[in-house]
Amino acid sequence: MKKNFRVVNNVTPSIDGKGLMQGRSFYTDDLAQQNSLVIKLLRSPHAFARIKSIDVSEAEKVPGVACILTKDNVPHVPFTRAGQGYPEPSPHDKFIFDDYARYVGDEVAAVAAVSEEIALEAMKKIKVDYEVLEPVLDFEKAYENKSVIHPEEGIHEMFPIGFDPKKNLAASYEMEVGNVDEELKKCDYIVEDTFYSQAQAHAMLEPHTCNARLDEHNRLVVYSTTQTPFHMRRIMSKTLGLPVEKIRVIKPRVGGGFGGKQAFHGEMFCALVTLRTKKPSKCVFTREEVFGCSYTRHPMKITLKVGATKDGIIQAIDCRALSDTGAYGEHALTVFMIVGSKVLPLYNKVKAVKFGGHVVYTNHVSAGAYRGYGAIQGNYAVESMIDELAEKMGMDPIKLRELNSMKEKETSPIFEIMGEGTEGTAMIMESCKLPYCIKRGRELIEWDKKWPRKEVGPHKVRSVGCAIAMQGSGIPFLDMGSCTIKLNDGGSYMVTVGATDIGQGSDTMIAQIVAEELQTTVDKVIIYSSDTDLTPYDCGAYASSTTYVSGNTAWNAASKMRERLVKEAAEYMNVKVGTVEFDGKMFTSGEKSLSLEDLATNRLYNQDTRQIAVTESFHGHVSPPPFMAAFGEFEFDTETFEYKMIKYVTVTDCGTTINPMLAKGQVEGGIIQGYGMASTEEVIYNDKGKLLTTNFDVYHIPTRAEVGELVTEFADSYEPTGPFGAKSVGEIGIDTPPAVLCNAVYNAFGVRVHHLPITPERIFKAVKERK
Amino acid sequence: MEVKFNLNGLDVVYHVKPGEYLLDSLRTNGVKSVKKGCNASACGACTVLVDGKPTLSCSVLTASIEGKKVMTVESIQEEAAQLSEYFAKEGADQCGYCSAALALVVHALKEENPHPTRQEINDYLVGNLCRCTGLQSQGNAVEKYLGGKK
Ligand code: FES
Ligand code: FES
Repeated sequence: MKKNFRVVNNVTPSIDGKGLMQGRSFYTDDLAQQNSLVIKLLRSPHAFARIKSIDVSEAEKVPGVACILTKDNVPHVPFTRAGQGYPEPSPHDKFIFDDYARYVGDEVAAVAAVSEEIALEAMKKIKVDYEVLEPVLDFEKAYENKSVIHPEEGIHEMFPIGFDPKKNLAASYEMEVGNVDEELKKCDYIVEDTFYSQAQAHAMLEPHTCNARLDEHNRLVVYSTTQTPFHMRRIMSKTLGLPVEKIRVIKPRVGGGFGGKQAFHGEMFCALVTLRTKKPSKCVFTREEVFGCSYTRHPMKITLKVGATKDGIIQAIDCRALSDTGAYGEHALTVFMIVGSKVLPLYNKVKAVKFGGHVVYTNHVSAGAYRGYGAIQGNYAVESMIDELAEKMGMDPIKLRELNSMKEKETSPIFEIMGEGTEGTAMIMESCKLPYCIKRGRELIEWDKKWPRKEVGPHKVRSVGCAIAMQGSGIPFLDMGSCTIKLNDGGSYMVTVGATDIGQGSDTMIAQIVAEELQTTVDKVIIYSSDTDLTPYDCGAYASSTTYVSGNTAWNAASKMRERLVKEAAEYMNVKVGTVEFDGKMFTSGEKSLSLEDLATNRLYNQDTRQIAVTESFHGHVSPPPFMAAFGEFEFDTETFEYKMIKYVTVTDCGTTINPMLAKGQVEGGIIQGYGMASTEEVIYNDKGKLLTTNFDVYHIPTRAEVGELVTEFADSYEPTGPFGAKSVGEIGIDTPPAVLCNAVYNAFGVRVHHLPITPERIFKAVKERK
Repeated sequence: MEVKFNLNGLDVVYHVKPGEYLLDSLRTNGVKSVKKGCNASACGACTVLVDGKPTLSCSVLTASIEGKKVMTVESIQEEAAQLSEYFAKEGADQCGYCSAALALVVHALKEENPHPTRQEINDYLVGNLCRCTGLQSQGNAVEKYLGGKK
């Protein structure tokens, strides 16, 4: 199955890395048209209020103001900002502007003016009459609260997702395999515990940015930092009542997304301003808006009950979760389901498993897609519990994992039951090197020497913790990508793909796949991606789909191109197709030969002229999970409870690494982002629901000062359904740090911290409470 | 008001509003390699060199650079290209939003301290946030680049 690769699985620099370091300006705001109207958003100062009236008359008089949008003059169509396939599993519970403001920062009006200063000045002159309502700020009190966050008419679900807005329910879900209560009764050991995780911020370095203009055909052209340009075009078309053919969405270089850009942010406003004024416009979120008015991770409360028998086999897992979707229900159900569907199958020896709970509305900024997408929350709870169980059983936590976790050729009934807001797809693990990952990671961290803790000086202890994880590779039958390849004169290839490079390097990965299949080099492959006019469709960059779905797409297209070239060459040389060999540069058949370059020249200029081009698509029938085993070593001060990461070891099975360096970058970037969630990324609201952590000086993401040594290895693995054996790797890295740190804290102090982030104060409190 | 300064080796005159920050002046005048990440001196994406020193252009008034030398990545194209090769080998580049500023900071470090220790590198670069990579890879790349070993 495995072959010797020339391009794929070899070190290949990212194709845009050099140009970007040299400062080539191809991010969204770099491409805004000069003299674009600047759009600023008037945002609610109240966590929950009804807008009785808005008076813009004074604001409109400010010279330089071109257009003011409010609920009184925009289309009133419910939609979801979530960039998901159609029909979306998120409720249509958002209007461009609405009679209600549902969090501090919710959009109330948009002002477009010739400069930012003028827009801001005019904004101050808008008079809004608010009826302040009682907000719901505690998500444990949201369900059936007397404050109903979405009392408005017209909002709806696209198919049953448990949407019940009168009860503040954005979605709900229940499933059970076997009989958990019965199985738990037969268990010798049962542990039960509850874990809380916070509303982590994406904190991508490039803010949410968009701009719009009309082209020479008076079509609307939107540049956006989006992860899903095609979904954006569709949602915009339906919401604005503008035919799809009147809209073009272009995604330039994007400065990080992590799920936060799988959504609309300023785009509807830009589109409306430009359509109305016929002038170019732009909307760039400030950092404060990125933190306070875009998306966060869904905060969750997860309660688990896990039971095992004396032989060390986990028999039943009961998982109840409560998720806070904030003001709008974007990704509410799907993130929630991933808590179960991408975590619980890890322990597939169970006889019974139950998962369910509510996703509630609150008056916080909306939660949305975020790398890990429920799996990190679930992983924190489940992997902490596995350690608790091991402790109770007096067993090495690694051994307990080895005994109970997924192996190659095995399956879990959960795959069939749980999918993307609907039923799932049964699958067997064709590739699962998790046992190797665990074994290798244990060696690399030197577990047997270090577990559980060691004194390393006065008031200093070092301890280790571990966790395992899985994710998916796209959404089977739903996620689709497509790719067009055409032959240029000179013998190079122009590849257009819908796939969305948001900094993870998908353009490079696709160029490698095409180059491998066509036996050429990456510099002969020109990539253009994510432009709804010029590239074929792709669902976008989410759900760890790009390597698997878009990669398979490119592979299909390249092998079709290969067939086509051989056919063309045979025709040209006047020989039978079956006799032609192609080595990437030359076609040969017996004595006859023809260069690719000559074929290209001939077909474009000389004889039987035609463009040689192919288009192919792909959607998965399965979603092969990548797997990971992670081990962290930390040093704690036993007096101050401050700590630092010494080492973080991961061994990952993501099949073939198409680009080993980019794969390493995905894993390590994920770990550090996950470590931020585990350790320092504290989200603070005041008692009125106003977010206080709105810039990098108060919301602390990991810096070079606190990152320990990262040891990143990959298992030798080949996924038969993946492109050249690859699975996804974009999300899995983020999943383990909360549980790994939580387990290491336990190993250091004998206490468990049930809230993220695990701050020195929380460790101190836990230690004090135990005493 | 008018501000005269030297930008990447050329004398330029910018017409700016009082209270205008250098980051905005540069971007409005077409120098888009300088990025806005936070506008609050907290991310490093807007770094330029003023008289050779790394400076956060989001928090420097344009008026204050009258007569000074401002360098953006446009003036160290070759160096940036070389550095990027080290980044590529270490898997240290992703979205690239932090890259141009990093190239400038590394250039300044090299001038100040051509053979820094790893700790000195981390300290010097600490204000330049990167949300995509694991950071270690960037440190490795800079260390190898400055050490001259590929
Ligand atoms: S934009 Fe200047 S430091 Fe962030
Ligand atoms: S590569 Fe994206 S912020 Fe550094």
